[in-house]
Amino acid sequence: MRRKVSEVSKSADEIVYGLKREYLEKICAEGSRIDGRKFDEIRTAVVNTNFVPRAEGSAEVRLGDTRVLVGIKIEQGEPFPDTPNSGILTTNAELLPMASPTFESGPPSEDAIELARVVDRGIRESKMIDLDKLVIKEGEKVWVVFIDMHILDYDGNLIDACSLGAVAALLEAKVPASKIGAEDFPLPINHIPINVTFAKIGNTLLADPNLEEEEVASARLSVATNENGDVVAMQKGLGGSITKEELFSAVDTSIKVGKDIRKRVLGK
Amino acid sequence: MERKIVLPGEEINLEGMKQGNGIYHENGKYYSYQMGVLQTYNNYANIIPLSGKYYPVRNDRIIGKVIDIAPSFWIMDIRGPYPGFLHINDTPWKNLDQDLNKILGIGDTVFLKVNEITESRQIWLSLKDAGLRKLEGGHIVMVQPTKVSRIIGKAGSMVNTIKEMTGVKIQLGQNGVVWLDGSADKVMAVKKILKYIEKEAHTSGLTDRVKKILEENKGD
Repeated sequence: MRRKVSEVSKSADEIVYGLKREYLEKICAEGSRIDGRKFDEIRTAVVNTNFVPRAEGSAEVRLGDTRVLVGIKIEQGEPFPDTPNSGILTTNAELLPMASPTFESGPPSEDAIELARVVDRGIRESKMIDLDKLVIKEGEKVWVVFIDMHILDYDGNLIDACSLGAVAALLEAKVPASKIGAEDFPLPINHIPINVTFAKIGNTLLADPNLEEEEVASARLSVATNENGDVVAMQKGLGGSITKEELFSAVDTSIKVGKDIRKRVLGK
Repeated sequence: MERKIVLPGEEINLEGMKQGNGIYHENGKYYSYQMGVLQTYNNYANIIPLSGKYYPVRNDRIIGKVIDIAPSFWIMDIRGPYPGFLHINDTPWKNLDQDLNKILGIGDTVFLKVNEITESRQIWLSLKDAGLRKLEGGHIVMVQPTKVSRIIGKAGSMVNTIKEMTGVKIQLGQNGVVWLDGSADKVMAVKKILKYIEKEAHTSGLTDRVKKILEENKGD
């Protein structure tokens, strides 16, 4: 497939080798993936919690060669006027230039904002944290939970790596209530959402795409499910389309993979 | 001369050899520019760096990617410090319809050679030589440019061994871009072997070990 001249504003690293795209489409149609995984198989995930001792909670996640660090900071703050008896959850992602030649320093890029929002949505909409239990004084003081995600090494699928890191860090996080004369307590956790992202290459959906697969994908779909197998959040990315059947199969795979990650990686 | 790993600034005893790449001369003594392996070749002592970017040299055969199109030439990414230029006159094609995009589009991959490096560091590329062509089909893999000579081996012994034992077509660019064509599992096997060679490049007897690994995997 020949690409249009209008794409020249991209940097050299962002322009994909045309034959790589054809090759990936070809081998996906033949039923194999570039690194030998099955279509619904994710890369080896390793979670290392309490990585940053001074944070209230933290986790370092390696998903294949992708590496992210998530830190949780819990501080006192004023509640929003429309939710006076509810704590606050804030998510922020940073794409550090050392992680990839395509990441630039400066204000957050579109990708960084989307990443933070998708991770935030999975945690917020699954009601993972019981924010109502994070009130210190109604309408005046509540606990504010900051989730900060740093990308250390980029080899594709930041959404899954970051949401896994955020969930793992939140599970370990302690609210520093000793600062206000009470006892520290773990965050009130209701659910454990797991996000699984798919890339569409040709007519195939690939779970946990690596960088090469992500580069040539026509569409991207992220599905977050909780431990009951309910879909709690979704995000579709890129310009391509996804059929109804593909959507349902993605949801099924997401539930299956989510169960596996909860058991094998998080031990829950 | 003994093959050994040297550090930047380390004094080098040339033992009668001539000063080659990666060595500088100061106050009558010779020192290393970079971290690498000290080797001799044709009476020259050279330092082969352990890692580094690709620095284009005239007549190098490299693999480039079209990143932009100008009125009469293509701008290519060659993984070097500057982009390379491929002028239509240095290709076998005739610019009859005035639209270079129809000949090579953005993202197209070409096996070419470095024709000239001007004083102002413009890198001019050429397609006019035997074997140079636009690459179609197959897959692209990146390796360290400094390890390419190791992948080729003595008189091509390493790369020929891999080609013979796996049946994968391989085109090596001096700039560390490798083109592979073959079935998916074979390409994956070659990719693994390339990574292995990259990792073990400074050790000796590598061709035999690669041969052994390929033989062991053949049974699977």
